[in-house]
Amino acid sequence: MTLSWKSGGVLLGVVFFLAVLLVKPIGVSTQFVIFDGILWNAVDSAVVTQTAEGVTSSNAYLAKSDGKYAKAVANPLNYSFVFVIAMMLGAAVSVWARGGLDRAERTMPALWRANFGDGAGKRYLAAFIGGFVVLYGARLAGGCTSGHMMSGMMQTSISGYIFALGAFAAAIPTAMMLYKEG
Amino acid sequence: MEILLAIVIGAAFGAVLDRIGASNPTVIGKMLNLTSLKLMKTILLAIGTGSILMFGGQMLGLVDVGHMSVKTAYVGVFIGGLLLGAGWAVAGFCPGTGLVAAASGRKDALFFIAGGLLGAAAYMASFPWVESTGALQGVLGGKVTIGAVPGSGYDGLFSALPGDIAGLVMGAAFVVIAFALPERLNPRGERLARAH
Repeated sequence: MTLSWKSGGVLLGVVFFLAVLLVKPIGVSTQFVIFDGILWNAVDSAVVTQTAEGVTSSNAYLAKSDGKYAKAVANPLNYSFVFVIAMMLGAAVSVWARGGLDRAERTMPALWRANFGDGAGKRYLAAFIGGFVVLYGARLAGGCTSGHMMSGMMQTSISGYIFALGAFAAAIPTAMMLYKEG
Repeated sequence: MEILLAIVIGAAFGAVLDRIGASNPTVIGKMLNLTSLKLMKTILLAIGTGSILMFGGQMLGLVDVGHMSVKTAYVGVFIGGLLLGAGWAVAGFCPGTGLVAAASGRKDALFFIAGGLLGAAAYMASFPWVESTGALQGVLGGKVTIGAVPGSGYDGLFSALPGDIAGLVMGAAFVVIAFALPERLNPRGERLARAH
């Protein structure tokens, strides 16, 4: 069952509100960095280190803002990381409860198939490259659709409007060029 | 306690993202090529609802203003937004919905996540260079909201405007736009809708 835009919009708004009411605004893309840090630190334990002043890192990005990210890497059981894991679990339960995902959709979405055919390799490559550009962009911007666009604009934060302007300025022409069928 | 909240709010967020279709690249693609704006209406209504509840709650003293977290405005926010937008259109996923889609059983989303982890790592590696270009220097006052929200500690871009009232007005504006926006702007969508 898909929600109508009215009930879906109100529910999504309530979730964003509850997050600010009870803890802090929702954001996701930082957790890609934290997960990278966890993997990297597992291979090379010198990446994140404990000093007298607190947790820091040999990587300038993990060490910035007084080692905020380094600290999260050292302790993955923190609010933001657990939030993202729970988000995935919630989605999995929701999909299961509505009868699961169509078999054809598991490989690629219908819109992609209508425009670019059945080749899975092509779709996977596009998704991989898209993922690279999305996360590089999100980290450069300091947030993503959740943190900047939704949480940011909800708080009337100027950075949120700037981000949304950039995102749609690129996304709309790109989609209009790519998806001419279906 | 905080971990329990992370589980409850996170799970609710993931379930709602699934039920509004935000993790389905077909829905994203049709929103971005302007043939079906239902999800856009959902997003606008959500931002409006969130704003009205938050600023209204603050004015009534029910919501802690200290929970606000405003990010810095800098040139990289716009450039990063452009990059994210282009990738969002190609893949049909943003960071949150990519994870949600993978959890839903979409295999292409796993490739998105792998690309995303590499992209985030590339940013970690290039961060000193990006910082040296000045693209991360605050502009328009840095961490600012439209008007100064009392007690938030953030300045207002327009310092004469009361930030909480501006927030309520913006929230209402988002709700109005959500209702006013047609379901499609691109006439091709109408033709397709008839054909189906």
